[in-house]
Amino acid sequence: MILDFFSFFTRPKASKEIAKERLKLVLIHDRANVSPQFLEMIKSEIMKVITNYIDIDESALDIQLTRTKSEDGESIVPALVANIPIKSIKQK
Amino acid sequence: MGEVIVITSGKGGVGKTTTVANVGTGLALRNKKVVLMDADIGLRNLDLVMGLENRVVFDLVDVVEGRCKLRNALVKDKRFEGLFLLPAAQTRDKTALKPEQMIKLCEELRKEYDYTLIDCPAGIEQGFHNAVVGADRAIVVTTPEVSAVRDADRVIGLLEAKELRNPRLLINRIRVEMVKRGEMMSIEDVKDILAVDLIGIVPDDEKIVVSTNRGEPIISDQKSLAGQAYRNIAQRIDGEDVPFLNLEDDEGFVFKLKKLLGIKTT
Ligand SMILES: Nc1ncnc2c1ncn2[C@@H]1O[C@H](COP(=O)(O)OP(=O)(O)OP(=O)(O)O)[C@@H](O)[C@H]1O
Ligand SMILES: [Mg+2]
Repeated sequence: MILDFFSFFTRPKASKEIAKERLKLVLIHDRANVSPQFLEMIKSEIMKVITNYIDIDESALDIQLTRTKSEDGESIVPALVANIPIKSIKQK
Repeated sequence: MGEVIVITSGKGGVGKTTTVANVGTGLALRNKKVVLMDADIGLRNLDLVMGLENRVVFDLVDVVEGRCKLRNALVKDKRFEGLFLLPAAQTRDKTALKPEQMIKLCEELRKEYDYTLIDCPAGIEQGFHNAVVGADRAIVVTTPEVSAVRDADRVIGLLEAKELRNPRLLINRIRVEMVKRGEMMSIEDVKDILAVDLIGIVPDDEKIVVSTNRGEPIISDQKSLAGQAYRNIAQRIDGEDVPFLNLEDDEGFVFKLKKLLGIKTT
């Protein structure tokens, strides 16, 4: 709340904030040393498991390394985000 | 037993050579025996920055290939007692040096000199590996710009993989006015992102260009802030605890109020 009150007085996002955000994101990739091939591997493994239970749109499956707010909302942490469009759930 | 310290950065042009020249001179002014080693083979520059270009006879590659003794290749700086330059070879390329040769050379220097500062070439190829392979410690130079910080992060990772742990960070070319406007990352910002300890901060100072033109280290200019910054770094390397320069004295009302209320302001 107080923070919001103060940010009211500050200007729109300064370029250094943009620099920091972009750097943090790019460094997660750099440090993790994840290649597109590596992500492709994870993707095909995940697909194998999930298709046992769910019909998915394989062409639209998207998996990325990104950042998100931590549980306590205090910090930003790396996250593996998968977007898996479901066609239908397989019934046993 | 002396210490060998490599000054590296990843990105080119961020101030490695300037750092080596000034910090080395600062250590000599503290009565230490110091060698400034130019490991930027093929792009010799440290001699010029130090104003010693007319006194170079032999170079680093001559030494490791046995064409001369180490002490014959060292150029003694007559202005500063105990300061020597080991020039890079200018007409050879980076493959002229092998890691084993560098390790041996560093061993020899360690016996005789309190500090050897190695001016590392830009990049992360063979020249980088040669420059760091014989070192005991590393200082990573960056500027508060995204590309320099990214490259610094990469180099820190590589140094750690090479068992050169706990490299220290030098943030160069800080422009206080821009930091105040929020248009340049602050010391804290860069430090937080790279997560390594600081060895020093150096303001952007046009006097550095002037002193480089003359071939005189700015550290001997008692009035310049950048000179003070380099003196402080030399002291810290030499084991003294010196507070960091306060470049951002006037913090502004909102910042002070936030600090008063204990709100994190990064
Ligand atoms: N704090 C500073 N303020 C102003 N100019 C600076 C500062 N530090 C370095 N410079 C200037 O920036 C330029 C590059 O510096 P320097 O040659 O030390 O970088 P470098 O990292 O050794 O470059 P390279 O990677 O090409 O070897 C020089 O012209 C130098 O005078
Ligand atoms: Mg240089």
